[in-house]
Amino acid sequence: MKELRIIVCAKEIPDPEAPLSDVSVDAERMEVIVDAPQVISPFDENALEAALVLKEEIGAKITVLSMGKKVSDTVLRKSLAAGADELILLQDDVFEKLDSHSIATVLADAIRKIGEYDLVLTGRQAGDWDSGQVGLILGEMLGLPCINLAREIKVEDGNVLVKKHIPEGYEQVRAKMPALVTVSNEVGELRYISRTKMLKMLRGAGTIPSWNSDDFVSVREDLQKMGIVELSSPPDMGRDCEFLDGATPDEKAEKLAAVFKALR
Amino acid sequence: MDDVLILGDVKEGSLDMRTLELLGAGKKLAGDLGGELSVVLMGDSVSGAADEALSCGPDRVYKLEHSLLKGFKADLWLGSLETVCNKINPKIFLMSHDFIGMELGPRLACRLNTRLTTDCIDLSIDPEDGFLLRTKPVSGGNAISVFKCPGEPQLATVRGNVFKPAEAVDGKGEIVDMAPEIDESMIKVESIEVVEEEVVALDKADVVVAGGSGLGEEDGFEILQDLSNTLSKSFGSVMIGCSRVAVDKGWISSDHQVGLTGTMISPDIYVAVGISGAIQHLVGMIHSKKIIAINTDPGCNMFKVADYGVVEDYEKVIPALIEKLEELS
Repeated sequence: MKELRIIVCAKEIPDPEAPLSDVSVDAERMEVIVDAPQVISPFDENALEAALVLKEEIGAKITVLSMGKKVSDTVLRKSLAAGADELILLQDDVFEKLDSHSIATVLADAIRKIGEYDLVLTGRQAGDWDSGQVGLILGEMLGLPCINLAREIKVEDGNVLVKKHIPEGYEQVRAKMPALVTVSNEVGELRYISRTKMLKMLRGAGTIPSWNSDDFVSVREDLQKMGIVELSSPPDMGRDCEFLDGATPDEKAEKLAAVFKALR
Repeated sequence: MDDVLILGDVKEGSLDMRTLELLGAGKKLAGDLGGELSVVLMGDSVSGAADEALSCGPDRVYKLEHSLLKGFKADLWLGSLETVCNKINPKIFLMSHDFIGMELGPRLACRLNTRLTTDCIDLSIDPEDGFLLRTKPVSGGNAISVFKCPGEPQLATVRGNVFKPAEAVDGKGEIVDMAPEIDESMIKVESIEVVEEEVVALDKADVVVAGGSGLGEEDGFEILQDLSNTLSKSFGSVMIGCSRVAVDKGWISSDHQVGLTGTMISPDIYVAVGISGAIQHLVGMIHSKKIIAINTDPGCNMFKVADYGVVEDYEKVIPALIEKLEELS
């Protein structure tokens, strides 16, 4: 049997787990400023994990695609350290702040250039704009069967078998490959990567291929920016926290029990 | 002229609450445009729901009935909606941001070559050019953004529990039968079986005791369950919640997940144990009436939104708390 080829689309974003105090809104420039390290968007890490599980089970070549105005290869090299075989960065000034449709257009062109693939995996949504569109639009553009919100992915006889998350439980679905699957967090977190592996990958001499729009984008004129007309801070969610102090856990528990009693 | 179209959802023969909310949102937009409001309903049998929808005052209810439309099958629902939109050319088309809208929205936007905004919490018409202004929380809820996009229909999915549901009126609208142009060859993703699982209805809980990565291990949820059992003697319905990280680690199933991509809840009491409070979690529980946080890190986000805080190892304080609560009861 031919080796399975998986493409995982992964986006670099500021850490969405950042403390509230490190996040601010620049209303004038219409930007969210996050003073936190860049990471791979969590659901995209779940997608990579799903690919790695398939690689362990039946063997696969995993290519990670990451796109942006500028993509940090130090952040994305984590995918290689975790077990991906190839990383391609799609970088160009024109990729800044594109809308979902345009991002999918660019990714579709890159995937067409790669040519051979059986599965395209994306996270269900990115942790910065929370839009949840690129994966499914990409699937439509490539004319692939689309499966949303996977919690488990298996491959058998040229088909992809997915447990798809639904409100009542799950739906077992099947589609002929190539197919596009968006991945939800039930798949599990990206595996632990040892420091040694991570450092080896960061210091690795190999350069990461980087494509700009001239290399692969068919119609650059079609790319459109996100149409933001206003950006503001959310209403203040803060409350005045009364800390229940005590010298021992027991004393604190006593005070907490009194709080519960008062709330009854 | 069908200016505003909404996609209704039928559950056990009648309209679900989300549909009534969409009707409410759609009616306002149609009013602002000085235009008409229509509803599209799909399924194997939706006559009862169509009558119900008419009583909320839309000008038209499009009814697409077909044995293949029984249950949600994305490929066929999508094909049907494409036909509807191409026939009636709505200016605005709204869907609910539930698992149906989340899947159909992006794919329909692509097929109709228009732009979608997901999970909107406010919608209005720009008086200058008639475009739809789409307000949506972004960055997990750290900011609120207003989008204006080209293309027709102007497409948005709408967050639940935000818009006021439409009320029954003396409806004068009409029901229009439309034949879906679908057949089995359009099914690219085949449904093998639907497995119903026991899922917690977190939004029905009076008290939620939730755990996150700070629990350190799966067994931590047993301690939370003990607390939940004790609290249920005084507080009615007590359920176990969790953060996204706890699900990612495989400690607990995702029906317990609270937050942007889990369940949005507002119980009487929310007890957050070992949850640092990523913004996407906070937006899911911030409207709880009282919030109690237990965490070893005094600087974590959760204390900023809590009413009461205990800085302590949960493994020490919760067993002691259970003891005290048992004494009190």
